[in-house]
Amino acid sequence: MSSINLAFKKAKTEKRPALLTYTVAGDNTKKKSLEILKSIAKYADICEIGFPHNTPIADGGQIQSSSYRALKNGIKIKDVFSIVKDFKKLKQSKPVILMGYYNMIYQYGDNNFINICKKVGVDGLIVVDLPYPENKEFSKKCKKKGISFIQLVSPTTSPSRMKRIIKDSHDMVYYISMLSTTGGKLKVSPKKILERYSKIKNLNKNKNIVIGFGITEKTIASLRKADGLVVGSALCKEISNSIKKRQNPVTNVTNIVLKLRNKIA
Amino acid sequence: MKLKKKIPLIDQHNKSGFWGGKFGGNFIPETLKKPIEDLTELFEKLRHDKKFLKERDYYFKNYVGSPTSFNKLQNLSDHLGGAQIYAKMVSEANGGAHKIYNATVHCLIAKKAGKKYVVGDTGAGYAGKMLSMAAKKFGLKCKIFMGAKDIKRQKPNVDAMKKSGAEVVPVYSGSQTLVDAVSECMRYWVSNCDSTHMCVGSTVGPNIFVKICGWSTAQISRELKIQIRSEFKKIPKKIKLINCVGGGSSAYGFWSEFIDYDKKQIELIGVEAGGPKNSKLHAAPLTNGAKLGILHGAAAYVCQNDEGQINDTASISAGLDYPGVSPIHCFLKDTKRARYTSATDEGALNAYKLVTKLEKINPSLEPSHAFAEAIKIAPKLSKDTIIIVNSCGDAKKDRDILKERLGKIN
Repeated sequence: MSSINLAFKKAKTEKRPALLTYTVAGDNTKKKSLEILKSIAKYADICEIGFPHNTPIADGGQIQSSSYRALKNGIKIKDVFSIVKDFKKLKQSKPVILMGYYNMIYQYGDNNFINICKKVGVDGLIVVDLPYPENKEFSKKCKKKGISFIQLVSPTTSPSRMKRIIKDSHDMVYYISMLSTTGGKLKVSPKKILERYSKIKNLNKNKNIVIGFGITEKTIASLRKADGLVVGSALCKEISNSIKKRQNPVTNVTNIVLKLRNKIA
Repeated sequence: MKLKKKIPLIDQHNKSGFWGGKFGGNFIPETLKKPIEDLTELFEKLRHDKKFLKERDYYFKNYVGSPTSFNKLQNLSDHLGGAQIYAKMVSEANGGAHKIYNATVHCLIAKKAGKKYVVGDTGAGYAGKMLSMAAKKFGLKCKIFMGAKDIKRQKPNVDAMKKSGAEVVPVYSGSQTLVDAVSECMRYWVSNCDSTHMCVGSTVGPNIFVKICGWSTAQISRELKIQIRSEFKKIPKKIKLINCVGGGSSAYGFWSEFIDYDKKQIELIGVEAGGPKNSKLHAAPLTNGAKLGILHGAAAYVCQNDEGQINDTASISAGLDYPGVSPIHCFLKDTKRARYTSATDEGALNAYKLVTKLEKINPSLEPSHAFAEAIKIAPKLSKDTIIIVNSCGDAKKDRDILKERLGKIN
């Protein structure tokens, strides 16, 4: 069983959704972002790590700030890989999902990128601007190397399209809770989100469906019925605030992740 | 990679939306898949609907002011002493630039789609100005995203947008220019695609936006073809069509009717923004051999670094100050149908000075790049060569820059 599946299984036996965190590699420095990851991994089931792009068309202000900060500090793709590698050395069983935009992968070369992902221990990939069916080839290449390609579905995804996407998906599917960039305020009721979630889940009960976008300390408990919940912008925002207040982002972000975890325990 | 004859270039893409098998496509977040599919279906229906075409033609004639005139620049031709130079005065169109065609069509589509809101990006401010005008005309609420740097340097157009009742949203991220405005506009659409129609201001972005824009600006070359025939009785043997290229919407519109001609008869020359003299920053991905990359939903040649981060660009002309370019122009470059070159800021300014000294026209800094190339090549060409420059924008918006750089304005 893949480590992503294992993480969901473990959460399920504990009768709670899996907690997925998203932080940007290199935010605010290469060293700090690794420390943050190591620390939050105590409470997170799966760690999503963003490889920052300077033209992120689907990200809201918080993740944009994190990405620009990391890039300003000179973060390169090779640094992202080395962060993953160092993290995996210590937390071998903790699944890591890399998330980013396709141009960076494209410039690296699909095969080259996937091979290095495999080598450093990446378990899954999310490519924001490579939708289905354009991602079919890429997703196959990932599967061949034992990396989960994570399909995204959204409130605008039609039922027939949804079926096709679920059919071609791997271990995990990411449901975007609402029409929004990352970090938007939750503008749909949790009840409505869970209704749509159930429809997707019913298409194939074996797939792990996570919900993301607009999830914070305030909203997370209301969605605990899902297989997994992703929190990203709230963590990026905490890093920004910590820097502003000259506090240690490692402690502050870890505290938030612990609180999130307690809310769904 | 080959061009097909008798098929509009905007339709020469494969099922996945790629021209030449590699330019264009749809690199978009999942949320936008459905709105883009819906828009694609609606546009395909409308463009074959006689009633809709009639409506478009009505507004092109009575609102845009088609046809714009086609004039000989006799003094400039005499001064340079080579080719005969003409200008297609697209700047006469309502609002002062070619952007009105795309804006009008998008608003007509938005109405048909039952949308009440329309959003758009802008660099030089013309796309925004025209969209806000057309939105007002058709009773749509309008929001325009514009880089903070561009808001400062193109103030007359910002004032015009506000006068039309549009909300102008300054974008402070990145280089605070067009590239960031387009990104922010797309983000807004991701969040509001249920109620809002998005207008991409040039022949860039996901496949359908390239098509709608090209379909709209193609009006320019339909007019030009008639005007050339009436001026010369037939299509002359040696023509050069020179147009500036940022995203490439005016160039495509200027060329579309002439793409099937042999390039020995009708040469297509695109002029990109070379940026300040002696600076490494430019906005000329085609001229400088930039690598293929993905920007704003499409694969095209993009100014970028090895890692795929998009480069900052620099140009005196906000309308050309964009790191990417239309997939259609990449296709025209690789099939060698069009030739691309660049002019520097200084080259464009000098061209502006000469053209406005000799002729009674006032081209903005964007077409001044095209004039720079015309001025460069005309003296070396035979007297029976016809150069036609698309004077696609009016310089009113450049008032402040021209004053600063040239000390006076016409």
